[in-house]
Amino acid sequence: MDFLRPASWEEALAAKAEHPSAVPIAGGTDVMVEINFDHRRPEYLMDLNRIPELTDWEVGEESVRLGASVPYTRIMEHLRTELPGLALAAHTVASPQIRNRGGVGGNLGTASPAGDAHPALLAAGAEVEAVSVRGTRMIPIDDFYTGVKRNALAPDELIRAVHVSKADGPQQFAKVGTRNAMVIAVCAFGLALHPATRTVRTGIGSAAPTPVRARTAEEFLAAALEEGGFWDNGKVVTPSVAQEFARLCSAACNPIDDVRGTAGYRRHAIGVLARRTLTWTWESYRTAAGEGKAA
Amino acid sequence: MRVNLTVNGRPQEADDVWEGESLLYVLRERLGLPGSKNACEQGECGSCTVRLDGVPVCSCLVAAGQAEGREVVTVEGLADDEELAPIQQAFIDAGAVQCGFCTPGLLVAADEMLERNPSPSDADIREALSGNLCRCTGYEKIMDAVRLAAARRTEGV
Amino acid sequence: MAYPTGVPTKITQGSRTQGGIGESTLRPDGTLKVTGEFAYSSDLWHEDMLWGQILRSTVAHAEIVSIDTGEALALPGVYAVLTYDDLPTDVRHYGLEIQDTPVLAHGRVRHHGEPVAIVAADHPETARRAAAKIKVEYRELPVVTDEASATAPDAVLLHENRTDHHIGHVPHPNIVHRQPIVRGDVAAARERADVIVTGEYTFGMQDQAFLGPESGLAVPEEDGGVHLYIATQWLHSDLRQMSPVLGLPEDKVRMTLAGVGGAFGGREDLSMQIHACLLALRTGKPVKIVYNRFESFFGHVHRHPAKLTYEHGATRDGKLTHVKARIVLDGGAYASASPAVVGNASSLGVGPYAVDDVDIEAIALYTNNPPCGAMRGFGAVQACFAYEAQMDKVARELGLDPVEFRQRNAMEQGTLLPTGQPVDSPAPVAELLRRVKAMPMPPERQWESSEGADVRQLPGGLSNTTHGEGVVRGVGYAVGIKNVGFSEGFDDYSTARVRMEVVGGEPVATVHTAMAEVGQGGVTVHAQIARTELGVTQVTIHPADTRVGSAGSTSASRQTYVTGGAVKNACELVREKVLEIGRRKFGSYHPAWATAELLLEGGKVVTDGGETLADLADVLEGEAVEVEEEWRHRPTEPFDLRTGQGHGHVQYSFAAHRAVVEVDTELGLVKVVELACAQDVGKALNPLSVVGQIQGGTTQGLGIAVMEEIVVDPTTAKVRNPSFTDYLIPTILDTPTIPVDVLELADEHAPYGLRGIGEAPTLSSTPAVLAAIRDATGLALDRTPVRPEHLTGL
Repeated sequence: MDFLRPASWEEALAAKAEHPSAVPIAGGTDVMVEINFDHRRPEYLMDLNRIPELTDWEVGEESVRLGASVPYTRIMEHLRTELPGLALAAHTVASPQIRNRGGVGGNLGTASPAGDAHPALLAAGAEVEAVSVRGTRMIPIDDFYTGVKRNALAPDELIRAVHVSKADGPQQFAKVGTRNAMVIAVCAFGLALHPATRTVRTGIGSAAPTPVRARTAEEFLAAALEEGGFWDNGKVVTPSVAQEFARLCSAACNPIDDVRGTAGYRRHAIGVLARRTLTWTWESYRTAAGEGKAA
Repeated sequence: MRVNLTVNGRPQEADDVWEGESLLYVLRERLGLPGSKNACEQGECGSCTVRLDGVPVCSCLVAAGQAEGREVVTVEGLADDEELAPIQQAFIDAGAVQCGFCTPGLLVAADEMLERNPSPSDADIREALSGNLCRCTGYEKIMDAVRLAAARRTEGV
Repeated sequence: MAYPTGVPTKITQGSRTQGGIGESTLRPDGTLKVTGEFAYSSDLWHEDMLWGQILRSTVAHAEIVSIDTGEALALPGVYAVLTYDDLPTDVRHYGLEIQDTPVLAHGRVRHHGEPVAIVAADHPETARRAAAKIKVEYRELPVVTDEASATAPDAVLLHENRTDHHIGHVPHPNIVHRQPIVRGDVAAARERADVIVTGEYTFGMQDQAFLGPESGLAVPEEDGGVHLYIATQWLHSDLRQMSPVLGLPEDKVRMTLAGVGGAFGGREDLSMQIHACLLALRTGKPVKIVYNRFESFFGHVHRHPAKLTYEHGATRDGKLTHVKARIVLDGGAYASASPAVVGNASSLGVGPYAVDDVDIEAIALYTNNPPCGAMRGFGAVQACFAYEAQMDKVARELGLDPVEFRQRNAMEQGTLLPTGQPVDSPAPVAELLRRVKAMPMPPERQWESSEGADVRQLPGGLSNTTHGEGVVRGVGYAVGIKNVGFSEGFDDYSTARVRMEVVGGEPVATVHTAMAEVGQGGVTVHAQIARTELGVTQVTIHPADTRVGSAGSTSASRQTYVTGGAVKNACELVREKVLEIGRRKFGSYHPAWATAELLLEGGKVVTDGGETLADLADVLEGEAVEVEEEWRHRPTEPFDLRTGQGHGHVQYSFAAHRAVVEVDTELGLVKVVELACAQDVGKALNPLSVVGQIQGGTTQGLGIAVMEEIVVDPTTAKVRNPSFTDYLIPTILDTPTIPVDVLELADEHAPYGLRGIGEAPTLSSTPAVLAAIRDATGLALDRTPVRPEHLTGL
């Protein structure tokens, strides 16, 4: 095993081009577990901690360019307004110690369906800034997850940042685990209301081979909200609408039975979370609208 | 490879480090600082908690090479010369130590929390220490210890 | 109804020297533990030391066709690779009671993770790479995983040609031990019953999950022997099992206790002890072995999973008529402590209740599942989960309050156990229930704050699953009975060496025992006993090793009783000798030397009237007084193999819990809000430690109620979750406040009237939480741990 310590982003890209099998390590919260337990012996380990721009973020007009290694703790503390869904998801990641090290780049690189950031990114809308010596490309988050622990990155690419759309409405995130802290998701759900476009987006974690959106549910809800004039009249969403939305979110799952939970439970729980997060976000929207703050 | 870092204020150098070694291994096996504990080596128990440039992290998940040039504080660095840190004394006084294997990590985590939040609520304490498993105490005496350290700190000001 | 008032017992023995028994003195190892200087077994280091690594089976049941170590041996940095064929003597198996466990697998592996070969190398990574290069060819065999498959007529036998002393009375060679407990006439009693309630219960496999992994350092010695520094629960039991395998007499295998990071039963069996010594003896170099968490799940026995079938009968007025039960414990591939676990589960199978007509059968199976053995509560835990669920069911059937129903049937001093043995010390079962019920209830909706719901106090916690939706509160009660000490005729003694001398003008006592301090605070208590008995302030606790006689195991809630008793006894003998010296030197100066009852107090010899006769420093001068003595509690006897009758137990320990839970009924997530406990401890030698033990034991019970389970694949017998990512133990956010009410009713047979306390709280905590969840949800819930899918029917 060789330990590569690029001192700059350019050096990192060059190293990755030269050694496409190099495993990038930032927070270490996935990679080191695999090394400690002898599950993985990469030929090259490439430390990204020495590259300061990876831990920076820039708040733009439309989106936040979030450096791949910005620790979850910083997201929780500093980006609650711009990225409320991701900030909530960040708060559910493992433990304070892990949140101090881990960042969204790691979640994306590992692309485990259980990664906590994914549902929030899917719901908010995001693009992954993938860079190699060949250049930069923006991968829409919807196209990023390609299989169980597989993503759309080319072997010579590194994740520089993720561009997450700034919230234009309330967002929520909830995850089910069998412990009240420090737990991997049995399943998770992210929901973002986008009043600007009068759409909603969702994200489902740990209930399919990859993180997925419940598109039919999104379309149904957007149509129901539009039809009922809810965006304007600020009424409570009818229970039957919430129920159908929950049902469609459940239907978007394609889960398995594993040691953490059954497929049936995951489907059921996603429905419950969908209904609850809809209630919470819609309540925030109505309240804000009532106070004249809605978009 | 060689790794240079500062531990508890002292420059340290470790030679012949295997690239897959963790900071925890280097501290324990190469630098003679076994206070940080090896209970799970997967970031699930917090026994190996140290401060890396001031921030509490699981040292089992930091690759040794990533610690190059950085500042590490371990449980061995909490006491001032001969005097125990207030959080250390509080753990003894409150009966928060049984087997003690979780204690070093809890002390580093609790000490850092009190630095940020000198008068934590019970829920704040529980949240801040939720990454540190203890199998002996049922956590009640640990709660007592942190409350005691916070109270003594406030009185001391 | 009248209950004993529970007046604390006054203990008059001993002196009133500061830091004596009854005070919450602080741990002598506390400072070392908070500074990181306390040397746990995994912290040890020796110049020129090698690292040992164990290669374990990847399958649960297979013939080993071949093992090729050639490539591993050829790897630079590798010093030794050993297999079964390299073992130095013909003794190649070990075991606590039955020597059925191979040191290294021979021809066959019987469970997932069984040790097959061992490696010593200059770096742990080299050792791992070498282990990976050992080629083992397996031919897989069918697995037996439950009672049906294990006892089928054509079942593969786990151990052919058994010669152990249980084979004569078990109905099938895949049953380790069977113990019936039969008393009265259940058939007749059933006729008297107005209600009969049956139930089938399942108890999952729990792991001790001590935080300090199995580890130790073996150092070869010049005389051809070896010195092992080890984290264990019982040095002499390890020694007895190791020495014949190593081919060394016991005096050439020296054992010193290294720092122990928790135990809970998981260190009662050997883990890496023999392996480290073999490698050290082979290479001539010190060898350290440290398991990682993954390996730890394979490196020690677990709590027996169990299937329990119960029938309870009762009359309309709420009196139990009879209990019939069948308890099937899965012992896994090797016997470990299974026979004794069967003894406990059967003899304590009706719980702390007076029942005349009882028919219980308990068995432990041999299967290809992971070996199971000792864990806190030891057989009594599984039974308590089931009989307490039954007690709630009967109460509901009778329309009685569950606490009231339990109190009507509570045993008391004098009650006969189903084994025919009378309970001859206080048994305040009804009183404990009364106390725990009388504690103030935690406030409703405590998760509400001015800023909305505080998710940290709700089911789901930080994961933000509910802001109060679907949350229902429930309350449940349970009480249990645990035996203290080793039962069934075991010679359960301990040894203490106590020395008293004057150092720098001050009298100092040194206490030397082989007691394994695993975190419980035995060392604190030993110093307190020495202060009380010898009137000294300064007590040195000598490191535990095998240069003193056996202390027995740190298990069965026994060490404060038995080794505490041995220390007290040795101190009393030392005191007599000191007084003799005093009488010889000073007897002629004061008549009280001959006539009064004399105590040692505050460094002086005083009369019971408080008059000072001499300074200990003057009595002893340059002399040292030293005593080493074995000490035994009252003998017990085995249970009759057909009827289970017999005075099998030494003492009992009782605890009751009230659990308050909040359940998110839609998601099936649970937040335990409070777990109140009342326990009779006889005499709290160190009240702070007593409460700490009760809270810790309570929390382990909570764990098995709602999250902890080793999941074994029923088709392959492989462990599916050997990590702290998927074997979950409670965090500080899962653990509620645990108010504790300590009752002190002395057991006149025990030193200072004390009771062993460590295990009882682990019994009743689990069924109390389950009862509370049933109360919240209305579900039957017949298994533990209860998982979200059980609460949502998915």
